[in-house]
Amino acid sequence: MKTAQTLTRPRQTAARPGFWQVVVKDFRRNKYIYLMLLPVVAYYVIFHYVPMYGAQIAFRDYVPARGIWGSEWIGFENFQDFFRSFYFWRLLRNTFAINLLDVIFGFPAPIILALLLNELTSERFKRVVQTITYMPHFISLVVVVGMVIDFLARDGLVNYMLAWFGVSPIAFMQRPDLYWFIYVGSGIWQSIGWGSIIYLAAITTIDPTLYEAAKVDGAARLKQIWHITLPGIMPVIVLLLILRVGQMMNVGYEKAILLYNPLTYDTADVISTYVYRQGILSADFSYSAAVGLFNSLINFVLLIAANRVSKRLNQGGLW
Amino acid sequence: MAVTLTRPSSSSSIRKPASERLFDAINIVLMLALIVATLYPLLYVLFASISDPGELASYRGILLKPLGFSLRAYDAVFSNPSISVGYRNTLFYVVGGTALSMLLTILGAYALSRQNVLWKVPIMFMIVFTMFFSGGLIPTYLLVGKTLNWVDTPWAIIVPTAINTWNLLILKTAFEGVPVSLEEAARMDGANDFTILFRIILPLSLPALAVIVLFYAVGQWNAYFQALIYLRDRELFPLQLVLREILIANSMDSMTTGVSSGDIEPIGETIKYATIVVATLPILMLYPFLQRYFIKGVMIGAIKE
Repeated sequence: MKTAQTLTRPRQTAARPGFWQVVVKDFRRNKYIYLMLLPVVAYYVIFHYVPMYGAQIAFRDYVPARGIWGSEWIGFENFQDFFRSFYFWRLLRNTFAINLLDVIFGFPAPIILALLLNELTSERFKRVVQTITYMPHFISLVVVVGMVIDFLARDGLVNYMLAWFGVSPIAFMQRPDLYWFIYVGSGIWQSIGWGSIIYLAAITTIDPTLYEAAKVDGAARLKQIWHITLPGIMPVIVLLLILRVGQMMNVGYEKAILLYNPLTYDTADVISTYVYRQGILSADFSYSAAVGLFNSLINFVLLIAANRVSKRLNQGGLW
Repeated sequence: MAVTLTRPSSSSSIRKPASERLFDAINIVLMLALIVATLYPLLYVLFASISDPGELASYRGILLKPLGFSLRAYDAVFSNPSISVGYRNTLFYVVGGTALSMLLTILGAYALSRQNVLWKVPIMFMIVFTMFFSGGLIPTYLLVGKTLNWVDTPWAIIVPTAINTWNLLILKTAFEGVPVSLEEAARMDGANDFTILFRIILPLSLPALAVIVLFYAVGQWNAYFQALIYLRDRELFPLQLVLREILIANSMDSMTTGVSSGDIEPIGETIKYATIVVATLPILMLYPFLQRYFIKGVMIGAIKE
């Protein structure tokens, strides 16, 4: 914010160039840089900041014929409608539950994989495991969800295998009580390998002499993992956890709208999918924009809070 | 591959204690289980797609090899007009979208990787802020669909998601790694920023550029949501949207009406699997060759943090 300071201060000594002189000089020197930035800044303004400004329809009674700026202000009515609606608690519960399950099971999974990969003695085998587990990351959501639905069908592969243990066929995709686990489980299948890369990278930065010393002391492998490797990657874990907590009230609609169906709405419907159905399918723009804005705000607050907690614990933060 | 350089190879001559060997054994078993869990679903799809449709329809259970052999499903897939149109459209979106994304990302990354740019910090802030807060789906939809009136145009697919901020930051970090002395020497010779970008920075950042091209291309290949909300005209549908109808919308119909999927024409099942293969194989074939680049990209991102 150096520029703001120089702006408010009246020009002092003759030796210090004035604000406008600095701006003009900078612009002359960097004219091509600013030319390059022009389309980039335009992109961010149009596709990110205009929608932020447009989010004000959450406070209006948007009528398409009148446009955003012609529609009437109604204050917090849309928000109140949402808070009072039958959906509010259901959406909040589902959004939070899916995230909580994902933090409990999905977040540690790649960390554990990275720790185990690091302990493999054969480099070649390690590379094979890596190559194979990264693959699902590149398969589209449509295909992944299509496969999940196919394998979990009543006459699908999973039911066939369950029959070995005497379990009678389960209609997985129609059972609201199983949806959360299917959602989180398929997510782990798709991202465990890819997610481990960042931890493996962090492990490479650990000083190898620490392991040598531990070996001399006769520390067992599990002890080495616990006392050397895990603390060594802790800053990365904390950082990713902060980012994850900042998304605690977010479940992407892209996967959910493929995976759910009216039979599982009770547990599957989350804030973002509700926004999608109300806004885009039912064209209730103001109301759904309010729900979406509410979601964005909660996430933003959570991110700031997580960052602050992390700083207080002296684990460093995002900023 | 940089990821593999960890511990120096552990005790070679001394025989490991039993507990160590047990640990290794359990670890290997776990990794093998993970490999099976990851690969088997993909192999099942592959086997099923080249199985004989009649045999597959009456079969239930694990496939360890194709049931008979038949390419009828692939014939049906390739002669299906919506799949071939979808393929063509996807190729167009991937090529056009990646080109636009690269252009904007390169320009932004270069400009933001330079020193002594007065407005760099505020502009960076403005860009990074969008990673943490957004106006939401609906205002964006109204902007693209109503204000810009891009419904049923390819613009709606390529432009609104043109820059991925994460990719921009990765590329910026890569550009910052090019030695400043080279740039200074060129500037001495009267080179301007465009010359420096195209003659010095880009040729020296090819691995990073490859990563970002691939991230964008794979992202566009796999995307369906933009198309779902902005496209009505089937002639413009990308492959993923066609796939969605074949894999998900249909299975939901049959599920809710209670018709088991086997009751439909027997070839129906194999077509499903063949479509998955046709839509996924190009990326998975490319992937082993590009893997080290991908990893590099994630690593640059990691260092950035």
